[in-house]
Amino acid sequence: MVSGRKARRITLKDVLARRDLLYSGHRACAGCVSLTVIRQALKAVERPTIAVSPTGCAEVTTSIIPYTSWGIPWIHSAFENAAATAAGIEAAFRAMKRMGQVKEIPDIIVFGGDGGTVDIGFQALSGAAERGHDFLYVLYDNEAYMNTGIQRSGATSKYAWTTTSPAGTVIPGKPQWRKPIALIMVEHRIPYVATASPSEPMDLINKIRRGLDAEGPAFIHVICPCPRGWRFDPSKGIEVARLAVQTCAFPLWEARWEDGQLEFKLTGTSLAIAKKPELKKPVEEYLRPQGRFRHLFEPEKREDLIADIQAGVDAEWAYLLKRAGLA
Amino acid sequence: MVVEQKVIGMTGDEAIAYAVKQVEPHVVAAYPITPQTIIVERFSEYVADGEVRTEFVPVESEHSALSACVGAAATGARAFTATASQGLALMWEILYVASGLRLPIVMAIVNRALSAPINIHCDHSDTMGARDSGWIQLYCENSQEAYDTTIQAWRIAEHPDVRLPVMVNIDGFVLSHTLEDVRVLPDEVVKKFVGEPSVPKVRIEVPADGGGTKVVEVDYKLDPWAPYPLTMGAFAMYDSYFEYKRQQEEAMKAALRVVEEVGREYGELTGRYYGLIHTHQIEDADVVVVGLGSAMGTASVAVDELRREGHKVGLLRIRCFRPFPAEKIREALRGVKAVAIMDRAMSFGGPGGPVYTEIAAALYTERERPLLVNYIYGLGGRDISVADFKKVLLETLEVAEKGEVVEHMRYVGLRG
Amino acid sequence: MSGQGGSGIPFPAGWREVPMGAVAYKPSTLLHTGSWRLGLKPVVDEEKCTGCGMCHLYCPDGAIRLVDGKARVDYTYCKGCGICAEECPSDAISMVEE
Repeated sequence: MVSGRKARRITLKDVLARRDLLYSGHRACAGCVSLTVIRQALKAVERPTIAVSPTGCAEVTTSIIPYTSWGIPWIHSAFENAAATAAGIEAAFRAMKRMGQVKEIPDIIVFGGDGGTVDIGFQALSGAAERGHDFLYVLYDNEAYMNTGIQRSGATSKYAWTTTSPAGTVIPGKPQWRKPIALIMVEHRIPYVATASPSEPMDLINKIRRGLDAEGPAFIHVICPCPRGWRFDPSKGIEVARLAVQTCAFPLWEARWEDGQLEFKLTGTSLAIAKKPELKKPVEEYLRPQGRFRHLFEPEKREDLIADIQAGVDAEWAYLLKRAGLA
Repeated sequence: MVVEQKVIGMTGDEAIAYAVKQVEPHVVAAYPITPQTIIVERFSEYVADGEVRTEFVPVESEHSALSACVGAAATGARAFTATASQGLALMWEILYVASGLRLPIVMAIVNRALSAPINIHCDHSDTMGARDSGWIQLYCENSQEAYDTTIQAWRIAEHPDVRLPVMVNIDGFVLSHTLEDVRVLPDEVVKKFVGEPSVPKVRIEVPADGGGTKVVEVDYKLDPWAPYPLTMGAFAMYDSYFEYKRQQEEAMKAALRVVEEVGREYGELTGRYYGLIHTHQIEDADVVVVGLGSAMGTASVAVDELRREGHKVGLLRIRCFRPFPAEKIREALRGVKAVAIMDRAMSFGGPGGPVYTEIAAALYTERERPLLVNYIYGLGGRDISVADFKKVLLETLEVAEKGEVVEHMRYVGLRG
Repeated sequence: MSGQGGSGIPFPAGWREVPMGAVAYKPSTLLHTGSWRLGLKPVVDEEKCTGCGMCHLYCPDGAIRLVDGKARVDYTYCKGCGICAEECPSDAISMVEE
C-alpha cells in the first residue's frame, strides 16, 4: 500500500517558505551537490522526522564535535549499518506506539552515500527492505568513496577515473558498469523506488515526500556530482547533474508496487525525452565537462570507449522505456 | 522481604528468554547462532502469541542485530539481543559504538569457541575477545543465575552513574541446553524491579531567537517531538576523543558499586544475593581455584571433597569480569599461598590466559602475593570433571608447599 | 576551526564536562564558512532578479535566500562555489572580486 497519508503536491512557494533544516556552516566542499540534495530533501519534511547517516561525506561534514548542522534528530552509528540502525529506530517507535507511549511513528529518513549503500551497506539495506520497515533511504550518489579520497565504489561509472581505478596506460578507469542499485531495490518489491536529480528540485522534493509517505520501505537514488572527485569547477555541479539526465546517463523515474502490480513511470526531463526522442543528447556531452573522463578525450579521443558508454546508456534507456510502457 | 517464586524447569536459554519476556523490552533484534538459538526462538513464540508487545526484528546478520539495538536504544527504548562466538565477532565494531554512545543495551552471550576450526561448544574466547569493548560482563554459573542476572542487567545498565551496555554470559550447551529448576518472580515484581526506562539529560547549545546561542538541557535520545533536536554519534577529532573515553572509564568504575547494589536489592527480593565475586570455603584456604562460569560449580564439588580429606582449599568465582573487581580479588586472596587460575580461553602469545593476566596485574601492587599457576581448560567444549579439578588443586597445593612455580601455564584435558 | 566557539558549553572541555556519548552540542551556524572564499563572491543584480528561488534550492550551504522577493547572499556562510551565478535563469548573479 503506497500512501496512507493524503499529501498534496509540494509547490515551489511551499518550499521557499520553509526554513532550512540543515544549518549553514557545515564543512562540505564549496559546490558540494550532495549537501544541496540533503537541503532540498529536508524541504519535504512535514512531520516529526528522524534522520540517520552512515559514515561518509554528509555525516562527517555535518557533525564534527562540537558542531552540528542537523536541525532534526540525527544519528550516525557506523558505515555499513545505516539501514539496520534505522530499522531499530522504527521498531522502537512501533513498540512504543503499541505500548501507548507515543501517538505516532515519526518519518525516518536515511541519507547514505554510495559506498555505505551500494557496497558495504547493501546487506543491511536489503534486509531492512525485506522486513518491510517503514523508512525512506536516500542514496546521495557521488559515485565513489569520496570522504576517504575518491576511491571507486560499485556505483562508480564505467571508465571513470578514481584513485583505485586510475586511468592508466593499460586499464582506462573502472572496468565495470555501475551496480543498478535502484532497479535492484525495485525487485525488492518495496512500495516506492525513484531516481532524482538536484537539477530538478521540485521533482526531487515531491519524490522525497512520496517516499516518506509510502507505508513501508522506500528508496530514492539521487545523482550528486562531486566537483573534487569528478574533477570540474565547483560552480558546475548542478549543470553536470542536468546533463546526466539530458543524456539519459541518469534517467528519472519512479516505481510503485501495489497489489502485486508494478507501476513504473518516467518523470521530469526523462519523460520529456521519452515523448520527444530528439531531445536526448549524446552521452559525450555529459562526459566532456568531467575531468574523471578526461582520458577518454586526451591525449587522443577514445571513440571506442565513448561508444561503449553510449551503448550502455542506450541499452538501459531502452529497458526503462519498455518498463514504462513507452517503447 | 522475599517474594514467593514458582519453580519452572528451564534450560539456560529458556530462562533468559523468560526473563526478557518479563522485562518486555521495546525491541529484540536477533540473528540465530548455536547455542543461542533457543533464546530467540522462545522469544519469538512469546511475540507470536501476543504475550509481549515487544517488536521482534529478525535481522539479516548479528552486525545488524546490534546496530538495530543501537538505533532502538538511541530513542530511549529498551533493546535486547543475544548471540555467541562468530556472531559476537561479527558485531565487534558495533560493541564499541554501543558503549561509546553509552546505550544501556542488554545482550546475552552463550559462550562458544571461535573458529577456526569451527566449533559450536563452550569456551570463553568470544567474550574474552570483547573485554576491552566497554561492555559490562557478568558470567553466570547456572540457569538460575542466568535468569536473575538478565533481570538485574537492565538496572545496572540504565543506572545514571553507569549508562553502559551489559553482556550476560552463559556457557554454551552446558548451561544453555541443560534443564534446571529455576525459581522465577511474578511478572509484576520483575516489572517493578526494572522500572520504566530512564534517559539521562545532556546540555547542548542551540540557536537562540534573535541570533547567538543558548544552553538547554535535553533528554539524551532521538526525539522528534522534543523542543530541540539531538545529534548523536558525531565525529570527534584528536582534540576531544580522549575525554569521552575517560568518561566511559568513570562509568565502569561506578559499575563496580552498582553491580553490588543491584545484586543486594535483588537478594532482598529473592533470597539470592549477587555480587562481583562469589567465594566458597576460602576463609583459611592455602590454595584457591579461581575461574568463571559453570565449571566453577564443578570445582566447588572438588573443593568440598578435598576439604573433607583435610586439605585447606577454596574457590573464587568471578561473576563480574568487567569492570574487573581487583580490590575484591586482592582481599579474597590475601594470605593465600597459591592460586590456580582457570582460563577457558587462550590469549595467544600472551603471558597467560586473560583471567591469569588480569589477576596477576591486580595482585602486583600487593606486598605479599600468592604464587599463581595458569590452567587452560575446556577449549571448544572439552569437558572438565571433578577429578580434573581435584588434580589441579592438589598440584597447586604442591606448588604452595614447594614455594615456587616451575610451569606457569598448564593445560587440563589436553591430549599429547 | 574558524568562527566563534559560542558561549555556554566550553570546547574543548574537560572529561567531566563534555556532554555524554558523542553528541555534537553546538550549531554549525557558529562556523562562518564565508572565510573559505578565495577572492570571488556572488553579487545579485536586483533589477534582473525575478525572485524565482532556484539559487536558494541549488546552494549547498543555504547561503542565498529570498528576502522581500529578491535573492540575498549571506556572506557569512557563502563559500563562493559559484553555483548560484552559474544557474540563475535570469543571469542576475555574477561572481565578482572581493
